[in-house]
Amino acid sequence: MASRSADLEVEGLVKRFGEVVALDGVSLDIASGELLTILGPSGSGKTTLLKVVAGFETPDAGAVKVDGIDITTMPPAKRDIGMVFQNYALFPHLTVARNVAFPLEMRNAPRAEIDKRVGEALNLVELKGFENRLPRQLSGGQQQRVALARAIVFNPRLLLLDEPFGALDRKLRETMQLEVRRLQRRLGLTTVFITHDQEEALVLSDRIAVMNRGAIQQVASTTEIYERPANDFVADFVGESNIFHGTVTETGSVTLESGRRLLITHSAPVGSRVGVLMRPERFGRGPNTFNGEIREAVYLGSSLKLRLACDDGLELIVRLPVTGPLPASGSRISTGIEPESIHVF
Amino acid sequence: MSSSTPFSSPVFGGARCFVKVRGFLPALPALILLFCFFLFPVVRMLGFSVEAGTLDWYAKALGEGLYLEVFWNTFEIAMIVTAVCLLLGYPVGFLIATTTPGWATLGFIFVLLPLWTSVLVRTYAWMVLLGRNGVFNRWLIDIGLVSDPLPLLNNFSGVLIGMVHVLLPYMVLPIYGAVRRLDPALVSAAQGLGASSWRVFWRVYLPLTAPGIFAGATIVFVLSLGFFITPALLGGGKVMMLAVLIEQQIHQTLNWPFAAALSAVLLALTVGVYSLAQLFTRQEARS
Repeated sequence: MASRSADLEVEGLVKRFGEVVALDGVSLDIASGELLTILGPSGSGKTTLLKVVAGFETPDAGAVKVDGIDITTMPPAKRDIGMVFQNYALFPHLTVARNVAFPLEMRNAPRAEIDKRVGEALNLVELKGFENRLPRQLSGGQQQRVALARAIVFNPRLLLLDEPFGALDRKLRETMQLEVRRLQRRLGLTTVFITHDQEEALVLSDRIAVMNRGAIQQVASTTEIYERPANDFVADFVGESNIFHGTVTETGSVTLESGRRLLITHSAPVGSRVGVLMRPERFGRGPNTFNGEIREAVYLGSSLKLRLACDDGLELIVRLPVTGPLPASGSRISTGIEPESIHVF
Repeated sequence: MSSSTPFSSPVFGGARCFVKVRGFLPALPALILLFCFFLFPVVRMLGFSVEAGTLDWYAKALGEGLYLEVFWNTFEIAMIVTAVCLLLGYPVGFLIATTTPGWATLGFIFVLLPLWTSVLVRTYAWMVLLGRNGVFNRWLIDIGLVSDPLPLLNNFSGVLIGMVHVLLPYMVLPIYGAVRRLDPALVSAAQGLGASSWRVFWRVYLPLTAPGIFAGATIVFVLSLGFFITPALLGGGKVMMLAVLIEQQIHQTLNWPFAAALSAVLLALTVGVYSLAQLFTRQEARS
């Protein structure tokens, strides 16, 4: 299938539902062929953003541009955007083949071409032989594939996926994530993926846009989002984290509100208020040492998760490799962290 | 019930039977009532038709051109009423199902209010409205649209208007239900995949609300077949439907056995149409 993938640009989108501000000035640039995930908790406005892009909602302000052309007021039927809905939205009265043929029939494609392209699309999602089944005769994963085939069969300029794996079990979800990634790369299709599952976002995306309260909090690569979050919300929402606040008292050192001093590599100006993020898995050894009592120890197979009450009053979540027997709750340990493992924002 | 449920196993057979009997008891008064005042009279009435020990009255009902014409007439009117109800009712049901809650409530009031009013009252109201010197005709003459009053009463038009008015809610409600049950995401999906509004209607709404259309059409058709008051009053004896004919046989010619035979045929037709519809619906549900 030849790709005619486009770039997408949204500028200053505002959408209000009565008193609720669903989108509060959202701007994003998505390059042609890129997979961008919009990650946020429910109610963060991410679905509204997708609906505005697809044309199901009209924004109160701002513009949606595809390949530089403003499509803000264009009806959805004219946009050439493939979309996979949360619950797939397969037509229950049509067979798999007729579902996938639907967008081609709407474009009045000749029968022979429809048959050929439906065959190709079903091949792509590995559903050959299911042509004459009805959606309800398929498993959740298979329905998902049909929805995907239907969204890409007409060679859309954009692919939008709205929490498509929410209803699948964990194993299947992982398989489908990799499949979507493979398909998206192969077709070079510009894709916007919506999820509230941070792990899914990390697996799938080129870049992640974290959303909260109708606004973009940070847009960055997956590693950047995880390692160098822009604010408390991103740090807290993506992955497990220990977040504290303090003041830079001298270059290379932060004094936390608890009075503890931490060595850092960040060169924030002296006197500035900063946030400090320490990921649980980064603890081990280092000049910043923490002594305390284990409040809770959870064995996770590949690692040990501890809730540590430090002597100066800090509470930490620490992940350590499993070495000997499980430490008892109430026992004392000492751990540390390197300055370069502390992210300052 | 599928055979895998625990209650259908022999061990629980007794318990299930007990549950059945217990469920039966509270319904008993109603069942006795139905038996005494519905089933028994119907059977007794049907008995008149074969009292002579022959099927002569049935032969007359089904063999004479005059009466066959009444049957055909009844069917034709029922079909036209059903079609008009569908054409008028679908947009209304659709509108109520898709509009905002406030408008939907208002719509419901408009649909249900007539349903709560006596058929007789409504039919008399139509007589006042549709007569030669009725409200409609005077108004039409006043604005100069027609010079002579339109014949709207004591003919087919009057019967049609009256019956459609009475039966419309029975079409609107199942269609409303069917549109409400439709997942709005399917409509969005169809639009997103390139369907124009027209095609969304034909390819998504219509097939997925077909069960509602079918249910409404069946109810309206079956009710039309046996309709009496409205055709009797608005038809002025000139529109002969089966129920009107039966009434004539009872009150004017006092031919009870023949009226009974006609009733039996009407009952059989109604049950026949209903069963066919049921069969079709069940097949639809299975496929």
